[in-house]
Amino acid sequence: MEQVYLHFPILQVLIPLLLAPICVLVGRSTFSWLITFFGSVSSLVIAISLLHSVSDGSSISYHIGGWPPPIGIEYVVDSANAFLLVLVSGISTVVLLYARDQIKLEIDEENHTLFYTCYLLCLTGLLGVLITGDVFNVFVFLEISSLSTYVLVAQGAKRDKRALKAAFNYLIMGTVGATFFVIGVGFIYMATGTLNMFDIYERINDLESSRTVRASYAFIVIGMGLKLAMFPMHLWMPGAYTYAPTVVTTFLSATATKVSLYVLIRFTFSVFHFDFNFIEQVFKFLVMPLAIIAMFAMSFVAIFQKDIKRMLAYSSIAQIGYMLLGVSLLSSEGLTATFVNLFNHGITKATLFMSLGVLTLYSGKSFLSDVQGLGKKMPWISASFLIGGLSLVGIPGTAGFISKWLLVQATIEAGVPILALLIILSSLLAIVYIWKVIEHLYFMEPHSELASQKVSFRILIPLWILSISCLYWGFDTSLTVGTSDIAANNLFNNVIKLN
Amino acid sequence: MDFIQVPSSYIFYLAAAITFVFLRDRTLRSVLLICVPIIALIQVWNLEIGNHHQVDFFNLQLELMRVDKLSKVFGLIFCLAAFLGNLYAWHVKDVVQQIATLVYTGSAIGAVFAGDLVSLFFYWEGTAIASVFLIWARRTEASYHTGMRYLLIQISSGVILLAGLAVQFHTTGSIAFEKMELSSLSSFLIFISFGIKCAFPLLHNWLQDSYPAATVTGTVILSSFTTKLAIYALARSFAGTEILIYIGAIMTLFPIFFAEIENDLRRVLAYSLNNQLGFMVVGIGVGTELALNGTASHAFAHILYKSLLFMSVGAVLFRTGTSKASELGGLYKTMPLSALCCLIGAASISAFPLFSGFVTKSLIMDATATEHYPVIWCVLVFASAGVLSHSGIKIPYFTFFAHDSGLRPKEAPINMLIAMFITSFLCVFLGVFPDTLYNILPYEVNYKPYTISHVISQLQLLCFALLAFTVIMKLGFHPPEIRAINLDSDWVYRKYLPSIMLRIINRLGSVNESTRSGLENKISSGEQILLNIFGPTANFARVFTNGVMILWIAVIFTGALAIVLF
Repeated sequence: MEQVYLHFPILQVLIPLLLAPICVLVGRSTFSWLITFFGSVSSLVIAISLLHSVSDGSSISYHIGGWPPPIGIEYVVDSANAFLLVLVSGISTVVLLYARDQIKLEIDEENHTLFYTCYLLCLTGLLGVLITGDVFNVFVFLEISSLSTYVLVAQGAKRDKRALKAAFNYLIMGTVGATFFVIGVGFIYMATGTLNMFDIYERINDLESSRTVRASYAFIVIGMGLKLAMFPMHLWMPGAYTYAPTVVTTFLSATATKVSLYVLIRFTFSVFHFDFNFIEQVFKFLVMPLAIIAMFAMSFVAIFQKDIKRMLAYSSIAQIGYMLLGVSLLSSEGLTATFVNLFNHGITKATLFMSLGVLTLYSGKSFLSDVQGLGKKMPWISASFLIGGLSLVGIPGTAGFISKWLLVQATIEAGVPILALLIILSSLLAIVYIWKVIEHLYFMEPHSELASQKVSFRILIPLWILSISCLYWGFDTSLTVGTSDIAANNLFNNVIKLN
Repeated sequence: MDFIQVPSSYIFYLAAAITFVFLRDRTLRSVLLICVPIIALIQVWNLEIGNHHQVDFFNLQLELMRVDKLSKVFGLIFCLAAFLGNLYAWHVKDVVQQIATLVYTGSAIGAVFAGDLVSLFFYWEGTAIASVFLIWARRTEASYHTGMRYLLIQISSGVILLAGLAVQFHTTGSIAFEKMELSSLSSFLIFISFGIKCAFPLLHNWLQDSYPAATVTGTVILSSFTTKLAIYALARSFAGTEILIYIGAIMTLFPIFFAEIENDLRRVLAYSLNNQLGFMVVGIGVGTELALNGTASHAFAHILYKSLLFMSVGAVLFRTGTSKASELGGLYKTMPLSALCCLIGAASISAFPLFSGFVTKSLIMDATATEHYPVIWCVLVFASAGVLSHSGIKIPYFTFFAHDSGLRPKEAPINMLIAMFITSFLCVFLGVFPDTLYNILPYEVNYKPYTISHVISQLQLLCFALLAFTVIMKLGFHPPEIRAINLDSDWVYRKYLPSIMLRIINRLGSVNESTRSGLENKISSGEQILLNIFGPTANFARVFTNGVMILWIAVIFTGALAIVLF
């Protein structure tokens, strides 16, 4: 047992990766669901145990094949990525719990096996990106997750053919982003001669003036900016989220962009030195202004949307603005706020997309008029949407409040209270678009042709796990804020304590 | 042992959740509503002094179970009042009211045991939000608007509390809910917040507006908690703040006059409630051990006899459909038991010897005397006479005696009667055996209410007030004429002032109309602008081709390169 435990970092990635081909071989919908679920649960268990062992601020270094870095590939677990490993595998597990019923309605039976295979690969990619300590490995896993994501998005074609175009756009944009990223990685390699993150960190120290290093950072920022839907490189995202099957949207919204943001943070703090002058300039003159524009512009766009899925997608771009804002303060508090935000927004958006998915389970359309009056007919599901909405707005007592509060505090600590004001103002916009949905749910008469729809407990349970966690993390902040604090401090001071 | 340290509010919240999710049966719900306060009462009675339950919230430690003698006495009476109120409301079928009652009482009790301002704030807002449903439960247009006004004021009180708490946390780093000096901004905000809930003069309007608008049973529940919670909060934080003496004195005075001219008996009781709060506020302002004992015990007795009065008037309202003095009278013939209970409540509030008001109010009166506030003492004596007049005489007299209205309603339902009997018994019991109450007070009591001078002076006061009333009656101010005067004053308040208002409003209306239409134009054109920028077809939200997206990437990348390289 002790032996197995030592190999947890690689098993984290290996289990879903190996289960994916087994899924194809099995070829039956139910079995492949079971396999996928098993893979997801074991990832979650491993992630929790990893988080537990690094919760004191230490890190685990795993050498693949016994080759020590910088020659071999190294996996590094510290509180920053362990925290997100838990988020990704946790969300994946909850989503899978509910996926079966939704998938049956949204995707043709013969594609189920391949769907689950792609899902597993996507999970593998995301987990791999998080856990690896090798910059090229990041690219590999990023592509694994992206390629499978394109397929997943295209599965929405059964309900709406526009999914194909959205997936294609996503493919183009994602590939462009990945190309930028890999060019950046190439430049780093050119300048330092190594691919191990922590080795690069050592060697890059006196290369601040190197044009190669500087250009590589620009490439990486743009590459990741595309992947994480940084305004105005977000254009692939509303389409992809709107037309993808709801299961996919729920999973991606809570994980994919968060993982890309993690990569940006990791590169800024653990590969480059965040106190390099040019990095400060990039954040000050590029990322922060774009983040602020995103907070407002995308919220306004969300207000005018009629399709709730699209509205939530735009809201995600605005929320990414908050997270980028937290990073661009380049302070330990800002980073803490962003990590908490990553987690809390992940569960919040998952709650919203999932409850929306159930509300529109049978109609398949997610326009405002389609959910009209469902507050009375589907009270449990509407209530869960309400909770998610409150958390998105940041009402005290919900998880969203905690992240907003920390962000506001971080901006005040950083000496720019005007940002705090902007954050609060833009939160008001979130009230407007969430209220529009609430108004349709609760204060309008239902369409007569909509019969009362029974929803099974298999769906209600995961949905309420998410809704209750939205509330729970609004009160118990020891895990979220505590871990983020450690993670941010470690990143900020670049402490890698091996145990 | 662990059970006993769980915050009492949890018990109520749990019961509310159970009611909400499971209980479809009316009787079961009513039984639960009665049992829960009893369980809480037993728990509170057995609580030991100390801080029992901490919760970590955001690096702050919340004290949810701060038990000392002051919080315990309020906890006890709140549980008792919840029990009596729920017994009185046994017949209610409305599940909304029942859940609201549970959440409301739970929040009030939770607030009493809250040891820090953050949890106090949560409970404070909890009472506000839950209680408004008792007003809305009447389901009339008027009660909806009243409820909205009530909610607005109560929530504002909470928001001001939050502001005060934030300022305090920022300046001192402490969120302790302890005694404070009325000198800093934070304490001033907190003071205002408490003052709103306590119905300080000019902040009091919500009380007379909302209590008569609630349901029959809802008013009984409402009358017990919100204002007494504020009294508790003031006693904890601002004991000995001198300005409270004067605020309290005004509070005892001004409602008397309003109560005298008011026709709706439940509104009369609301005014008299306000006046009784004044006594307690004076006690807090004096702030000596004797005075604080007086405040706590007066709150205790007051909750009982005020509930009793609201119950008896409520029973009449329940049977006859009206609580207007001008439409009632002579009901003792068919509702003798209710009349008896009403008389006991009236005797208690007027502080007749052997009734509960006497043994508690004297503590406050004596405290003002021993601390040398002769003027205040006189004000309180005058106010006591006023209480006798509007609550002690007017309420029972116009409801049950006076001229015969011809109404022959049935006696109150049995559950109401039982609730009223228990409350009446407690009123008399406390009056006869004051030591039972004195023993649970925050400080040691060395006070004998039944000395010859006390009894004589109180009886003098009461007898002369009664005499005055009788003389007025005999001199020809017969009930019909008093009724007419009441209606006249009604007319002033309901017709004349509104008509003036109407004229002003009409005047303003034309101004308003023009500005409004102007504003609306502005708003709609503003919305149009936003729509043009951010709407579905605008550039921000349009679906672009890949070429456009690549162009954007190029632009941003060029920008990033420029920043990085130069």
